[in-house]
Amino acid sequence: MEPQTPAAPTSRPVSILAIFSVFLQIGATSFGGGVVAYLRNALVKKKKWLDDTEFLELMSLSNTLPGLNATNMSILAGQRLRGWLGAVAAMLGMCLPSLVLMIAAGIAYGEEGSRPLVTAALRGVAAAATGLIAATWFQIGKKTVKGFYDGFFILAAILGINYFKLSVPVVLLSVGALSIFAFRPHKPGAHPKEDHAWIRSLQ
Amino acid sequence: MDQIPAIARVFAYLSLLTIGGGMAAFPEMKNLVIDVHHWLTYPQLIHIYSVGQISPGPNMMMVATIGERVAGIPGALVAAIAFFVPTGILTLFVGGLWKRLENWPWRSSIQKGLAPVAIGLAVAGLITFGRTAVTGWVTVAVALLVFAASMRTRLNPALLILGGAVVGAFALR
Repeated sequence: MEPQTPAAPTSRPVSILAIFSVFLQIGATSFGGGVVAYLRNALVKKKKWLDDTEFLELMSLSNTLPGLNATNMSILAGQRLRGWLGAVAAMLGMCLPSLVLMIAAGIAYGEEGSRPLVTAALRGVAAAATGLIAATWFQIGKKTVKGFYDGFFILAAILGINYFKLSVPVVLLSVGALSIFAFRPHKPGAHPKEDHAWIRSLQ
Repeated sequence: MDQIPAIARVFAYLSLLTIGGGMAAFPEMKNLVIDVHHWLTYPQLIHIYSVGQISPGPNMMMVATIGERVAGIPGALVAAIAFFVPTGILTLFVGGLWKRLENWPWRSSIQKGLAPVAIGLAVAGLITFGRTAVTGWVTVAVALLVFAASMRTRLNPALLILGGAVVGAFALR
C-alpha cells in the first residue's frame, strides 16, 4: 500500500474532516441506490474536488474491481484527495449511516418480520426490487453491448450460473479469463472507442 | 456467538465475488446463507436483500442485517467488516497502482473483458432472485410496473419500492 501517493495532479487543500462529512451526507441521503449519481453531484458539481474525466476514470476502475461502486468510489476518490487517510474517512462516512439503519432493520425484522402484514409488504418490496434491479442492469447492458463478444460473454455468464449451475467463482474465472482474452491487446476491432455515456446519463 | 468465525469467512468470501455489484454474488450468498449454514430461510433472505435496496449508501449493507439475525450486533459488525474491508484494501492498493499502469495494454483488455461478465453475473443473480421474489400475478405486476417506471421516469427508486410495500400489504395478505 502506498500512503499519501502523489496521485492528485493538483494539490487540493481538502481536510479529512471535510471528506468525512461530505461522504457522511451522501451515505445518509442516497436513498434508493444510484449512489454514483449522488457522488458525481457532490464531488464534481458542488465541491469541484474532481473533474469529470477523473471521475469517469475512477468509475471504470471501480467497475473492474470486486466491491460495490458506492464503497469503491469512496475509497478511490478519498485516496485521490488525501491519500489513504482520505480513503478511510470517505469509506467510513459512506458506510456508517446504512450500517446503523440496517442493524436496526435486523432488530425490527426479528420482532415484527413474521407478522402477516409485514411479510405481505416485504413480498411487495421484493417484487419491486426485482423490477428496479432489472431496469438498472438493462440500462447498463444497453450501453455496454457494442459487439458480438459483449453479448456472447453476458450470455455465457448467465447460462453458466442458471443453466449449468456452476458457482460464481468458477464462472468468474473461466468466462472472465476467456473474455479478457477475447479483448486482448492489438486485436483489430476489439477496442472500440471508450464510451462512458452511460455514466453521464445518471445525471 | 459461535457463528462469528463463519460469518467472517462467508462475507469476506462473498465480497470478492461482487464484480460489478452485489447481485453477482447473490447465487453464492443463497447457497452459503441458506443451504450451507441455515442462517435464514430463503424468503427471509429475499426480504432482507430487498430492504437493503432502499437503504442509502452501499446497497449491500444488508449483510449487517444478516449478521444481526445470526449473532446480534457483534455478528452485524463482523459481517460488515468482513464484507467491506478486504475489498476496500484491494481497491486502495490497486487505486495507487492503476494510474501507473496506464500504458499497460492489458489494462483496457481487463476492463473491457470484465464488463460483459459483470453484467452476465448480475443478470444471473437477478434470475435466481426473481424466481422466488416474483411468483403470482400481483408480484409480476409490481415488478413490471417498477421496471417501466424506472425506465421512463426519474422517480426516486426508494419511492417505487415503498409503493411495492403498500401494494404488497394490501394485495398479498
